Amino acid sequence: MRKVYLDNAAATPLLPEVREAMLPYLGEVFGNPASLHDWGDKAREAVESARIQVAQLIGANPEEIIFTGSGTESNNLAIKGLALAQQGKGKHIVVSAIEHFSVLHSVQTLGKWGFEMTLVPVDKYGVVDPEAVRKSLRKDTVLVSIMQANGEAGSIEPIAEISKITRERNILFHTDAVATAGTIPVDVDELGVDSLSLAGNQFYGPKGVGVLWVRKGVRIMPFLEGGVQEGGRRAGTENVPAIVGLGKAAELARVNMSARLKQLTPLRDRLLTELPARIDHVVVTGHLKQRLPGHASFCIEFIEGEAMLMLLNSQGVAVSSGSACTSRALKASHVLIAMGIPHALAQGSILFTLGMDSNAQDIDYVLEVMPPIVDRLRQMSPLYAKFLKTGKGGK
Amino acid sequence: MPVYSDKVMEHFMHPRNVGEIENPDGVGEVGNPICGDMMTFYIKVKDNRLADVKYKTFGCGAAIAVSSMVSEMAMGKTLEEAMKITPRTVADELEGLPQNKFHCSNLGAQALHKAIQDYRGKKKGGK
Repeated sequence: MRKVYLDNAAATPLLPEVREAMLPYLGEVFGNPASLHDWGDKAREAVESARIQVAQLIGANPEEIIFTGSGTESNNLAIKGLALAQQGKGKHIVVSAIEHFSVLHSVQTLGKWGFEMTLVPVDKYGVVDPEAVRKSLRKDTVLVSIMQANGEAGSIEPIAEISKITRERNILFHTDAVATAGTIPVDVDELGVDSLSLAGNQFYGPKGVGVLWVRKGVRIMPFLEGGVQEGGRRAGTENVPAIVGLGKAAELARVNMSARLKQLTPLRDRLLTELPARIDHVVVTGHLKQRLPGHASFCIEFIEGEAMLMLLNSQGVAVSSGSACTSRALKASHVLIAMGIPHALAQGSILFTLGMDSNAQDIDYVLEVMPPIVDRLRQMSPLYAKFLKTGKGGK
Repeated sequence: MPVYSDKVMEHFMHPRNVGEIENPDGVGEVGNPICGDMMTFYIKVKDNRLADVKYKTFGCGAAIAVSSMVSEMAMGKTLEEAMKITPRTVADELEGLPQNKFHCSNLGAQALHKAIQDYRGKKKGGK
């Protein structure tokens, strides 16, 4: 059976070049970067050259790069660390309704220390209106956090426009670029942000390593304390092999970015156009153009995502869904709900995220196997039966 | 994949008795699409026995497997026997359900009971 992996938002395969670059650091080069001898020097040099590679990917200075354990940790450090360092000025934080839980839950936790949060809504495409951010700002606002793109909605947010507003008001602006860095061009100065999170497992690097970039001069309160690793902003012995892998993946992403974009975008567009053409009552979610290059997401009416996901898996196709049944909490995706998608329709969420291994045959295969799967589940669906009888219950 | 037993997977991949019954003797609908699962059971009764059981289900893999199993367990049973089918006995027959799916997706027995009550209510009403 054909195997088609279209869940690159969850994990990307490790590139062979990245694995090769990592191998010495899982073997003979085992020193601690903090040690003052040849073994330590070799490990330290590897970490520092990865720091340069990551900095080049986002147009930053190497000393502004903090290596962390994941994108989640980076977001936690940014939100809590920046807010707590600013609390003398005020205790109000503005975030979008579609932020990752690592941002939303961090802000909620700050509520225990007296911080207040304003949630900025998104439109039906999942896009934040910069004017809505402007209106939500208060005298005591110390931090704004809007992600560059949500991995579920796929829409790209107008970060540079929002940062013009935060800069006028001298308010710090964090962006979660986990879904974008290494995938589309990201430049911290063009974006005009003060901090930015990224993770290498979104662009063919290893898991277990992330980055928080913090603009020089911006104060951040560390929450992992101990040694003076990462300039004292994140203590703990570095995960040297993963950092080396992330550095290599960043370098390859920068060099090959335009080729990857050229490969992914037409495949994505074919899926976005063809799936609704072949199946009735399918809604594309997210913005059609202002969108991540490998991202195609839909809500299929009258059926549920987990059942679709299981039948696709039985045909060798790996995808994900934002339906309630696919989440551990059994709640529909907060992202889809924030986009105004009704709960019942959100149950039919399905998300294809393409990667550099994806090709035209994969898309053909998906377009071939999807209609019978949808048909089979609809034949079973009482909602579809009602719709056929009454013409009601459609979106 | 969710951690489903082989039995759940087998019923999900090959659900029994899917469909509607024309002029059913009883209909039972439970759940709603907002919480994720919805089931409609249709029954045909002959000599106090379930002569036919069919259903339509909107929901996850567990919901579909549960509906299929309930229809199989109920077929040919007397109404009294069918009323004794519970979410627990259905889950046992399916060799277990993931804990978080036990409540939300395990609505089949309830839908079947509602269909039987519907039938009894109609009969009482002299139909």
